[in-house]
Amino acid sequence: MGAGRLGAPMERHWGVSASSVREPAPGGPDGRRREPLRRRANSASASAVGASASAEGVRRDRPGSYSGATSASRQRVESLRKKRPLFPWFGLDIGGTLVKLVYFEPKDITAEEEEEEVESLKSIRKYLTSNVAYGSTGIRDVHLELKDLTLCGRKGNLHFIRFPTHDMPAFIQMGRDKNFSSLHTVFCATGGGAYKFEQDFLTIGDLQLCKLDELDCLIKGILYIDSVGFNGRSQCYYFENPADSEKCQKLPFDLRNPYPLLLVNIGSGVSILAVYSKDNYKRVTGTSLGGGTFFGLCCLLTGCTTFEEALEMASRGDSTKVDKLVRDIYGGDYERFGLPGWAVASSFGNMMSKEKREAVSKEDLARATLITITNNIGSIARMCALNENINQVVFVGNFLRINTIAMRLLAYALDYWSKGQLKALFSEHEGWCDRMYGRDINMSATLIRFFRVILELLEHSLSY
Amino acid sequence: MAECGASGSGSSGDSLDKSITLPPDEIFRNLENAKRFAIDIGGSLTKLAYYSTVQHKVARVRSFDHSDKDTEQDHEPPYEISVQEEVTARLHFVKFENTYIEACLDFIKDHLVNTETKVIQATGGGAYKFKDLIEEKLQLKVDKEDVMTCLIKGCNFVLKNIPHEAFMYQKGSNPEFRFQTNHPSVFPYLLVSIGSGVSIVKVETEDRFEWIGGSSIGGGTFWGLGALLTKTKKFDELLHLASRGQHTNVDMLVQDIYGGAHQTLGLSGNLIASSFGKSATADTEFSKEDMAKSLLHMISNDIGQLACLYARLHCLDRVYFGGFFIRGHPVTMRTITYSINFFSKGEVQALFLRHEGYLGAIGAFLKGAEQDNPNQYSWEENYAGSSGLMSSSPELCPTQRPRSGTFDLLEMDRLERPLVNLPLLLDPSSYVPDTVDLTDDALARKYWLTCFEEALDGVVKRAVASQPGSVDAAERAEKFRQKYWNKLQTLRQQPFAYGTLTVRSLLDTREHCLNEFNFPDPYSKVKQKDNGVALKCFQRVIHSLDALGWEERQLALVKGLLAGNVFDWGAKAVSDVLESDPQFGFEEAKRKLQERPWLVDSYSKWLQRLKGPPHKCALIFADNSGVDVILGVFPFVRELLSRGTEVILACNSGPALNDVTYSESLIVAERIAAMDPVVRSALGEGRLLLMQTGSSSPCLDLSRLDKGLAVLVRERGADLVVIEGMGRAVHTNYHAALRCESLKLAVIKNSWLAERLGGRLFSVIFKYEVPAE
Repeated sequence: MGAGRLGAPMERHWGVSASSVREPAPGGPDGRRREPLRRRANSASASAVGASASAEGVRRDRPGSYSGATSASRQRVESLRKKRPLFPWFGLDIGGTLVKLVYFEPKDITAEEEEEEVESLKSIRKYLTSNVAYGSTGIRDVHLELKDLTLCGRKGNLHFIRFPTHDMPAFIQMGRDKNFSSLHTVFCATGGGAYKFEQDFLTIGDLQLCKLDELDCLIKGILYIDSVGFNGRSQCYYFENPADSEKCQKLPFDLRNPYPLLLVNIGSGVSILAVYSKDNYKRVTGTSLGGGTFFGLCCLLTGCTTFEEALEMASRGDSTKVDKLVRDIYGGDYERFGLPGWAVASSFGNMMSKEKREAVSKEDLARATLITITNNIGSIARMCALNENINQVVFVGNFLRINTIAMRLLAYALDYWSKGQLKALFSEHEGWCDRMYGRDINMSATLIRFFRVILELLEHSLSY
Repeated sequence: MAECGASGSGSSGDSLDKSITLPPDEIFRNLENAKRFAIDIGGSLTKLAYYSTVQHKVARVRSFDHSDKDTEQDHEPPYEISVQEEVTARLHFVKFENTYIEACLDFIKDHLVNTETKVIQATGGGAYKFKDLIEEKLQLKVDKEDVMTCLIKGCNFVLKNIPHEAFMYQKGSNPEFRFQTNHPSVFPYLLVSIGSGVSIVKVETEDRFEWIGGSSIGGGTFWGLGALLTKTKKFDELLHLASRGQHTNVDMLVQDIYGGAHQTLGLSGNLIASSFGKSATADTEFSKEDMAKSLLHMISNDIGQLACLYARLHCLDRVYFGGFFIRGHPVTMRTITYSINFFSKGEVQALFLRHEGYLGAIGAFLKGAEQDNPNQYSWEENYAGSSGLMSSSPELCPTQRPRSGTFDLLEMDRLERPLVNLPLLLDPSSYVPDTVDLTDDALARKYWLTCFEEALDGVVKRAVASQPGSVDAAERAEKFRQKYWNKLQTLRQQPFAYGTLTVRSLLDTREHCLNEFNFPDPYSKVKQKDNGVALKCFQRVIHSLDALGWEERQLALVKGLLAGNVFDWGAKAVSDVLESDPQFGFEEAKRKLQERPWLVDSYSKWLQRLKGPPHKCALIFADNSGVDVILGVFPFVRELLSRGTEVILACNSGPALNDVTYSESLIVAERIAAMDPVVRSALGEGRLLLMQTGSSSPCLDLSRLDKGLAVLVRERGADLVVIEGMGRAVHTNYHAALRCESLKLAVIKNSWLAERLGGRLFSVIFKYEVPAE
């Protein structure tokens, strides 16, 4: 199998040259063209599929090539170094809408290795790394690339490629045409599509997927990253005075004793996990009212087309015009039940009235949707924490990406209704991007999961 | 959150329709004597409560003064009957759309004759809005009551006083409604009120409850968000849209992500992963129906999930749902039930209430009536004056409802005496009086409804005949016919209308309807005559019994009980014979009886028992007047007394068919005592006690018995319960488990039922049971 033969069909399938790819630019004409894709990016799987991660962000704040790893993870890396898995190193996260492919490109290939490298492998490497677009829908997020990463004793770059899930059949077909199965590599995959497309991989591509449970990936990824640290600091934080814009501040939280931990993963839907140890966790419950609901309702109510747009509108709206508050009914606090006047009595309750429906803006509606969904998640999380007798609750997931309103509200609601008994914690990876760029750069759960996928991939490969 | 039934001003109930003409005599009944009002004004419905007294005729029996007579004339009746006026208390509840509020208030004002009432208790979100209108129209001061307090007071009240108040709803299963028998202890429970928001309240005792949580995602969210999404303004229309939609077009399901179920997490493919998830990805237009359905699922699931989380935290497994979001809407009851079953894995029961819409009004009324101590009484739903469940639901509304389905009524009669459980029930919480659930058993339902329809002519005839001197008897009887006929038709279409449909409820409904039209005791004359005839035979029967050997006598006594039981005007087969052949006698009845072995026959075991030590005290529930009680029960009682067993003879407090009433039993006993020294001394020494059951039903509900009777049963240490008659021992209590020995005796006087039990007409049930050690 020659290099040319691999490259050519891929181009035939994915069909577009590198020159046609542009970086997303929200608001600009190119940004608009991409919107259908980006819309999807925010509503993928039930358990938080991030749109993308930031290469620049990672470069600046990246935890130093894992060099700061704890002894446990260092040991693991050591053992991996001794018997390195065969290249290529791939990981797939197949969400409901988007497929995210990570590819580790070794940069420290010796001349000897280069010679030994089979042609097909070489052609894959060249094809993936020299293009930024594959076919009409595949895109490599150059800005997310993690450079000079040391993984398993190998130095290299980690690439992030995404394409819509509906092009999955074409991807599998390509794998078949290119005889991927002869590479003796393992395709580690997570996300719902790992199940959905498993049979297709096997029958069409002759590829056995190594399916990894996404929640498993999420938990192990989080714990792994936490053990690695965040530039030497804790990667968990909480909000002090979340309700007060002036006094509100983010403070690091030392998750030295992480267990037990309630992990609330807010993707399109929400999964709530009680984690007792690295390997002992259970899914307590879930709710279908998640990020997808917020975004979906916003699309219907305001005509917005991107998650960012929805959030931006929400930041300018006033939900009290839409929601009926306790004080709207009782004129103040409802003392009989100790309910403060500012509490929402009925989400969208004012919208029962025609006059009030006519008086609200799209921004108000977006804000109310955000508040409704966030409060509800907070409420369910609080009840789960009480039932499971856990008092630290970590919120992760794509919904919280650049979503300070939601995070502060969760922090406040959890504290207020639990009378200070429960603490809402967040992961740096969610907040990062916010601080750095305020755009769609985010490590989020997806990236966290990838670390795990990669580790698993490597570990798994050892047995070959 | 705490707002129940209140809603935004965009509802349909805003504009007042003054041109409306009410059918007031049918709706605001019995208003002349009304005192004490309460009103609960919700977003679209108003519920008015008032207390009134009802004057109705009762048949009283009174012993003749025999002192100046040496002998009785043969033709002379044993006692006299007089019809007297009696006053009883009744609670009226009327539910109507807010549109009618002004017209209704006007009507009330015009008809309120006699009232010292100065205040009206008001609750609900609309109480503020209509405060001035009420004060102006009724000249009553509006006293605002806390919504939640009223709601819970009302809830406690109906759970305690209305059998089959709570039900589970399972769409598609048979029956869809599963009514709960009243648990002796209603506390603690969780009440989830879904108004515009959701309030979750833990109720621990009559007066103690705690708001433990809530959610802002409730009926207002469904309505408000639904109106925004579909441009549909009315709540009911939104529900209607939702019932036709496909949520899978809008929601992202697990299978949309995983291609099927998520095996490791055990999540089925049909599960919603993200509500409205597809509206974020697809650029297509969504239908109103689909969006409404998705919204309904989203809200119902969310509420169900929170309710389960709270139930779990507080270790409660009964959750009652109320509020305008639920209010008899099958669509929402279905989705809530589904959600509760899903999230609790069947550990929590989602329960709904038949009179959920009235809770606030009932509670507000009770608050205002505290000085009358309404809670110390027992109350009873009056089937004649109450609309059934879902009477106002358009798709289920029976065609014959005359004006509109917008008026819904509930009437509750105050009972003279408080009712409690029979202390001898093995497990009061699982006791179900009725043997056959006709909501469940379609075949039996069809038979009995037809049976009652066919018997209606006879009942009407008898009612007219019972009041020969009355000019309007025929007219009233005709009204009775119409009313009962309509009830039967409603029950054909909605067997669940008044809770579990049973032979007992059909009988009780007939009694209520008869009373409604002032036929308090159509059988009073028949009973009088029968008692007279039977009393004359008493001594002869006793002599022939005393002439028998012990073992023969025991069988003869039992046969006498059974033969007496053939004299039952309630069963059609018997009334046919009796009407055509008045000479039908005791001996004739004995010949009709099935020969042993009987259909159910544990007589040998009973005889064996009689050879042992006497019982301490027997509680006997009597059935019919005349031959039954005098020639069947009293000889049996006499034998027990002779054995050294004390006897409590319990008879109905009020009339039902030809059943012997308590006051009749007093006269009968007095007359027998005059003839028989055994009965005389037992009465004198308090070894034979006549008590009333507290009931006016031809059947017997052992969970609602007169408190005095229950106290006595406990005091005397009753260790034998004898229940006789088809109504008390077959239609009800056939399966009742008691903590002591029991005898259930009946003759099956209905060929259909006999066949069903595997026997023929006049088959005998003799069921002697001894509880397991």
